[in-house]
Amino acid sequence: MFKEAAIRQPLILGQKSYGDITSDVINPIENKAPKGWYIAITISSIIALWGIGCILYLIGTGIGVWGLNKTVGWAWDITNFVWWVGIGHAGTLISAVLLLFRQRWRMAINRSAEAMTIFAVMMAALFPGIHMGRIWLAYFVFPLPNQFGSLWVNFNSPLLWDVFAISTYFTVSLVFWYIGLIPDFATIRDRMKTPMAKKIYGFLSFGWSGKAKHWTRFEEVSLVLAGIATPLVFSVHSIVSMDFATSVIPGWHTTIFPPYFVSGAVFSGFAMVQTLMLIMRKTMKLENYVTIKHIEYMNIVIIVTGSIVGVAYITELFMSWYSGVEYESYAFINRFSGPYAWAYWAMMTCNVISPQLFWFKKLRTSLGFTFFMSIIVNIGMWFERFVIIVTSLHRDYVPSSWTWFHPTFVDIGVFIGTIGIFFTLFLLFARFFPVLALNELKSILKVSGEEYKSKH
Amino acid sequence: MANSVIYAMYDDDQTLIKAAKDLVAKGVRVKDCYSPFPIHGIDPIIGIKRTRLGIVSFMFGLGGLSLALLGTWYFMIHDWPMNIGGKPNFAYHFNVPSFVPILFEFTVFCAAHGMAFTYLIRNRTLPGMPAVNPDPRTTDDKFVLEIDSQENYSMSAEDLMEAVKGTEVFELNHKQY
Repeated sequence: MFKEAAIRQPLILGQKSYGDITSDVINPIENKAPKGWYIAITISSIIALWGIGCILYLIGTGIGVWGLNKTVGWAWDITNFVWWVGIGHAGTLISAVLLLFRQRWRMAINRSAEAMTIFAVMMAALFPGIHMGRIWLAYFVFPLPNQFGSLWVNFNSPLLWDVFAISTYFTVSLVFWYIGLIPDFATIRDRMKTPMAKKIYGFLSFGWSGKAKHWTRFEEVSLVLAGIATPLVFSVHSIVSMDFATSVIPGWHTTIFPPYFVSGAVFSGFAMVQTLMLIMRKTMKLENYVTIKHIEYMNIVIIVTGSIVGVAYITELFMSWYSGVEYESYAFINRFSGPYAWAYWAMMTCNVISPQLFWFKKLRTSLGFTFFMSIIVNIGMWFERFVIIVTSLHRDYVPSSWTWFHPTFVDIGVFIGTIGIFFTLFLLFARFFPVLALNELKSILKVSGEEYKSKH
Repeated sequence: MANSVIYAMYDDDQTLIKAAKDLVAKGVRVKDCYSPFPIHGIDPIIGIKRTRLGIVSFMFGLGGLSLALLGTWYFMIHDWPMNIGGKPNFAYHFNVPSFVPILFEFTVFCAAHGMAFTYLIRNRTLPGMPAVNPDPRTTDDKFVLEIDSQENYSMSAEDLMEAVKGTEVFELNHKQY
């Protein structure tokens, strides 16, 4: 059997057997939910309902209820869209890229990271939908035959590329996640006592029985899906960045955008995984599976991607000066010294300076500090998109039309509401779904388990 | 002789691999194996061939790419050519670079979904299908070898039982049909 180098730290702590892994993960589903879960889901669903109310008001009245004006025609809507898509990048990165690199530490976090991805992409897809104003005509983004003499969508447009990228990313992530879930649903099905639960999980598990040939196919499907999902992850945020990069707005049309957006997406996605995993490992007592080492690995990814983002910010500034284009340089001077300079410096502090603190081992292995930083990073990444979008737009070519952007209560309500919907969905996932990939954890127990490692 | 199936249960994947090797060396044909997670190395022992799902995925990807090429040509060049920003769609090869993102996305879309659905259909794991694992513990921490007497007609039932008992079996079940 394959033996892992002794220098690698164990990924499953304590004396665990295969049966223990099953019990540790499934007990929270079988037992009654703790009080904290009810409190959390109540709060998040109230916020979600407020958000849904704002969305309904928006659809009923029109997008004039947002704070947009003639100069700033794109603001929080697209900021939130890019922010959520970015968060949705960690899940498939963890499950696909880390699978190709045979990183065993991904096994403990991939399931919840993928769930987070799916919920985040759902929130992201909401924004272009409601931004249309007439959401019931949303099918017009697809090339469907129609009564206007077959008026097709424009395949040259990055906005259409986005439609294809986001929908492919969402459905492929969903399929990837569900195929991994099937064997674990079968485990729950075979443990449940009540007939109702047995029936529901039996239906969800699609009659999975764990035959040898099925497992061979399972592994092949995981590997091939990982192989094709890897370029997909990188393409999706590249295409999102092209919404800006192919335009002619100073501050937007820079060729650095695709790699810069992708690393930013991974950066914010990992931060969100940290936020969720740190709460989950504590409340669901998963400390033996999501160890300090896992947290440290994720923090290392955060330093690397955070540094790439930092280099990109500085490159952008340099290029705006070096290009000699007056409009371009003004856009950047306005960013760091104009009326929205506070947003720029908030972004710089949160995304470039503060993640560098993770170079200290003490800080990157500290749970409290990691939790704090994970929130800071996501605030910073929200500001990054805000800076790119609003700061580049609010002072356009004609100084007489220079203006501010003031969010209305609908802007704020929709944004906060999506956070509520996201957490509601995630809490439901944590309550009823296997939060760790049982079958994958069992397959690494003898290679990376603490007990087995100490034996040889 | 009536058809009967022996379910030999093991409590460890390594024990099961050893047992399967011993049984196969004695000339026993193992029909299948049920386990809570993929056991690496069991396939060649019990004679399971490599899956061709990778090829399926490639074919679906190729199909998706062709469809996307055909679609973009039809929509943008043939059916309704547009002149955008003074850059008309004269010929496909002039216009194709801006279709690359969609060609790529649609290829991935078809490859991934085609493969996933083929996988579910080939496995007969679909919504509402009944589970066929012999024991609920096989999805938790137990491993079962399934031995069909019909596939082992050259051995008597007693010899077969003896051979299975010779391995470090955790629990033995014998079902007559």
